[in-house]
Amino acid sequence: MSTVVKMKTAMAAADADAAPMRPANGSDVLIRSLKEQGVEMIFGYPGGAVLPIYDALYKQPIRHILARHEQGAIHAAEGYARVSGKPGVVVATSGPGATNLVTGITDAMMDSIPLVVFTGQVASGVIGTDAFQEADIIGITQPITKHNYQVGSVEDLPRIVKEAFHIATTGRPGPVVVDIPKDIASASAENVPDSPDVLCLPGYQPTFYPNFLQIRKAASQLAQAKRPVILAGAGVLHAKAASELREFAETNRIPITNTLLGLGSIPGNHELFLGMAGMHGTYTANMALSECDVLLNIGARFDDRLTGNLERFAPHAAVIHIDIDPAEIGKNVPTEIPIVADAKEALKSLMKEGGQPPDTGAWLEKLGQLEKNFPLWYEEDPSHVLPQQALQLIHDITEGNAIVTTDVGQHQMWTAQYYGLNHADRWVTSGGLGTMGFGFPAAIGAQLAKPEARVVAVVGDGGFQMTAQELSLLQEHRIPVKVVILNNEALGMVQQWQETFYEERYSQSLIPVQPDFVKLAEAYDLKAYRIRTMQEAEAIFREALLSDEPAVIDCRVKRQENVYPMVAPGRGIQEMIGVSAP
Amino acid sequence: MKRVITVTVINQSGVLNRVTGLLMKRQFNIESITVGHTEQPGMSKMTFIVNVEDERKIEQLVKQLQKQIDVLKVTDITDKSIVLRELALIKVSSPPHARGEMNSLVEPFRAAVVDSGKNIVTYQVTGDPDKIDAFIDLMRPYGIKELTRTGTAAFVREIQKAPSPLLSILK
Repeated sequence: MSTVVKMKTAMAAADADAAPMRPANGSDVLIRSLKEQGVEMIFGYPGGAVLPIYDALYKQPIRHILARHEQGAIHAAEGYARVSGKPGVVVATSGPGATNLVTGITDAMMDSIPLVVFTGQVASGVIGTDAFQEADIIGITQPITKHNYQVGSVEDLPRIVKEAFHIATTGRPGPVVVDIPKDIASASAENVPDSPDVLCLPGYQPTFYPNFLQIRKAASQLAQAKRPVILAGAGVLHAKAASELREFAETNRIPITNTLLGLGSIPGNHELFLGMAGMHGTYTANMALSECDVLLNIGARFDDRLTGNLERFAPHAAVIHIDIDPAEIGKNVPTEIPIVADAKEALKSLMKEGGQPPDTGAWLEKLGQLEKNFPLWYEEDPSHVLPQQALQLIHDITEGNAIVTTDVGQHQMWTAQYYGLNHADRWVTSGGLGTMGFGFPAAIGAQLAKPEARVVAVVGDGGFQMTAQELSLLQEHRIPVKVVILNNEALGMVQQWQETFYEERYSQSLIPVQPDFVKLAEAYDLKAYRIRTMQEAEAIFREALLSDEPAVIDCRVKRQENVYPMVAPGRGIQEMIGVSAP
Repeated sequence: MKRVITVTVINQSGVLNRVTGLLMKRQFNIESITVGHTEQPGMSKMTFIVNVEDERKIEQLVKQLQKQIDVLKVTDITDKSIVLRELALIKVSSPPHARGEMNSLVEPFRAAVVDSGKNIVTYQVTGDPDKIDAFIDLMRPYGIKELTRTGTAAFVREIQKAPSPLLSILK
């Protein structure tokens, strides 16, 4: 090679370093658009239809986390999104890759988690011919996405990606699917325009600022209240309004209860916090909702697990409902004062408008009495580890500052009850959809979003086995997630319902045959522990939870322990069973 | 109760599916649906007649439709002064000896004969759904061979009278 040519090559290389590569094909355009959106991490799994995308990713890297199953990838993206406040980005191939995402997409839809999901699709020319690995993912995901797109031409890609991120992250957040046929991913980018500066979405204009007159009405209703309660849901967290909520509640001396997903919007040990409400909420929180005269709902959707029987829900209350999604207002509970707005903006306006704080002294005293008389309870059993005790221990060791994720079921309810969160955005749980197998991969995403944080995945032995393959990620990246398996050798919540409502016919809910979870974790080169007694629990939890390494803890807990208190299906939330020890 | 809902949408592929899918997901019963282009390029208008139990359900339906990104405008026009029009094609057996009688019967309906055979005649009739129902009843004794209806399209009238009872089909 002559010197001149060598120099030219060097200069070209320097140029390539300075300026981003000109996109050659659709996949390059996609990567460019993702970088424009500030995407730092992608969760995904390659396959035939996304080969061009993965090739572009190889040339222009964005950190890619290779899950071991697409469901693991998307739950990790959900955990990442919930904790970071940024949209989770997922890539999967056509057909089975895409259909494996369906549970995660639905989960994100139900819990309003911003995701942008890119699925490969067979080439445009063979769509509709039942081609290899073809699935109508647009049709499949239409009812479970906030919006979805199939890219029809490579020129549309920059606009669609920008719209997808905008739709996923604004208003009420949610998942958006972008389906990219393989030929479009490899099509020449010669005539592809830059991303548009302005988006044209005439059908999508979410309301952000509250109506002033409605705020005034709400303020005056609250000022006259004798027994007001705030129900704070996930909308408060999505709006980053935890400090406004706290200030508002403290100024007006109004007690707060949370939905499951709203936990963390007020510190767990705050004097105005009544605990979670609903099916397994605290007695005090449920009685407060049942007896209040004004119910201020901020960013909660009156889910049936919260309200119980609607006929008996908050019978004396004038309902004020702040929600960014107008369709949630009045959906389940008749609402006197609807306020369509971002929770933070609405709270700021309420503060500004606020006059005399209501006189809530007697009401708070009454609720305090209830709290004292009917605290959460369990019966100690020296021969077993009780899951409630284990969670209290985890709380104490991590000082309530950990990021905690869960699946669905008994362990989830106990975590909600006993792990008092000190901070917002450190609680990642599958609420609306109730997805088993969610908690562990979600913890991986949460840890990747916050590498410095301590992340604890509390899971059951049932749910953990649904996505346990993601242990590979802990091994590969040394992600220091702590997996706590509350192992009762059963599907605890199913068992509890069978005990309570099906005369103890434990149909298919007992799983005495299990893998050795310690050996399983060790197979992935992870440190693993087993806890059998309360005596050893503290030392092991302390060592495992406080280490900088990943850890799996098989915590054998008492079988047939039930979550109390409880509202039976069809009952009002004031009709709780198991309110105090028998 | 029946409600008439008009929906203006951006004319993109899949939008009809999106709207009807939403109605199915939320368990709404669609009585009739029509779709077509509007005066604005790229926009389509749908007219639904849905059967709902109460006010809250209809409010929920309107809000859910409004949430769709491709939906520009949703209006429940039931309680307004509106024009409702539907077209039906009805193939009736019509032996030569009865044809004169039939033609005079259908005249008040301003039905047009759009096709005829030796013993068969096809009428086209337009009007509000009540009128179509009445026409069908009238033809039934002669033996209806085939029947197809387009579904109802609706418009809000230019001049709105004071609130009046709904059209009978909407009760």
